[in-house]
Amino acid sequence: MSYYPPRQSTIFLSDKVFVWGLSIILASYLFFIIALIGYDIFYMIDGSAGNGNPILNALSQPEIRYSIILSLLSCSLTAFLSLGVAIPIGYILARYSFKGKNLLDAILDIPIVLPPLVIGISLLIMFQFPPFSTPFAHYLPVDKLFGMESFNELVVYQIPAVILAQFFVAAAFAIRTMKATFEHINPRCEQVALSLGCNRLQAFSRVVLPESASGIVTAWTLAWARSLGEFGPLLVFAGATRGKTEVLSTTVFLELSVGNLETAVAVSLIMIISAISVLIVARLWGNDSGALL
Amino acid sequence: MIELVDVCISQGAFKLDNICLNIADGEYVVLMGKTGCGKSTIIESICGLRKIDKGRIILNNVDVTLLAPAKRNIGYVPQDGALFATMTVSENIGFALDIRNVAIDVKKQAVFKIAEEMSISHLLDRGVTKLSGGERQRVALARALIFNPNILLLDEPLSALDSETYLEISKILKQVTQINQVTVLHISHNFNDQIHLSNRILKLEAGALTNIA
Repeated sequence: MSYYPPRQSTIFLSDKVFVWGLSIILASYLFFIIALIGYDIFYMIDGSAGNGNPILNALSQPEIRYSIILSLLSCSLTAFLSLGVAIPIGYILARYSFKGKNLLDAILDIPIVLPPLVIGISLLIMFQFPPFSTPFAHYLPVDKLFGMESFNELVVYQIPAVILAQFFVAAAFAIRTMKATFEHINPRCEQVALSLGCNRLQAFSRVVLPESASGIVTAWTLAWARSLGEFGPLLVFAGATRGKTEVLSTTVFLELSVGNLETAVAVSLIMIISAISVLIVARLWGNDSGALL
Repeated sequence: MIELVDVCISQGAFKLDNICLNIADGEYVVLMGKTGCGKSTIIESICGLRKIDKGRIILNNVDVTLLAPAKRNIGYVPQDGALFATMTVSENIGFALDIRNVAIDVKKQAVFKIAEEMSISHLLDRGVTKLSGGERQRVALARALIFNPNILLLDEPLSALDSETYLEISKILKQVTQINQVTVLHISHNFNDQIHLSNRILKLEAGALTNIA
């Protein structure tokens, strides 16, 4: 039997440099994320020597407990409301072709590109005009709803303003996610379902929705996380009244504005823990294999 | 029986004009033609999945031109099978009976019977994502036939199979369609399909259908 000497390696130096280059960029960005959170923790531990745990100290304040509860409730409600519009709109954009679709697509992106403060001011102005400023008595058989005479009174600087301001931006992100999800689902499956006896609603609910489950979880998570971080529109449209419209992001701002850096960092860490917990649950739930890593 | 009378279909620059077709009860017709010539468009129109601009579609002496796909009683198998990924094999096969609110016992029996005919009864509890190409097509066929449609429309269901699996499935296909007296329109480029399965071969060329054998 003849002897064939092994061929020399043909891995080029440029290939190695390319892979190393990509890895360095990945490692740098990863370090950036971990350092961002890590230094928060370090700062809190370092500054808390002898003063007890700053997170527990923050949690002992009723205003902060209120803002945590309001944040969790409003973010969850906003995420569900966002899904309520994102699923139908995402489906329309993914499945139907019609005149003006590109324009509609661009309009739906406006909440993403608008500066946050502008969203707050625009919401505030919108509620100064009819039908929002019109008293309920003009079009409803009642004078007051929840003790308020118009939508303006009912919403602006109240808890509904928190949810509306969060919803305005979060829904836009959820719509993008759901559109991408539906685009990835084979439309043939729906067509087969129609031929097997389904009407459009049945084909959507029995075939499309179950297949888009992981996309729905992702959209919910994204909407929840966006809502948690919302600040500018909230400050302008809902205000930052302690024990009323105060959410975690406004708590950080209020604590910083009075020079209480330790509490601001502790609340920031509470936000980080909440966001990461939701991310982990969503990844475990949204992943078919149930694996996080 | 499938009858197309002066059917016109257009989508953007693509057009099919005055298509006429007549397939008798129980006939097995293979439709061939170049890629992109509109074979799938014709099948989708018969299914009711694509609107036609003009003409009439008549199935079993009923004008179904304006009927929804669900009301046409057609079994449809696309090239990729288009199985429902979140359901098991059994749920996929029984889907049409589920929609028709058939009793669970009756549905179970029907699913098992057709799965036996297709030699896939051992797969009933499995998910569909890990099935082989041949198994997927058997499930798709069983799903399309379980509600006893009079008409079966096949869009190249055997094109991606190896020769052994192809022979097995084409044998099953021939048996099942003959026993149930199903009228079949089968898109295929495969010479074997044309020889072994069909009673008649049609060719779609330059927007016109011609009998070639």
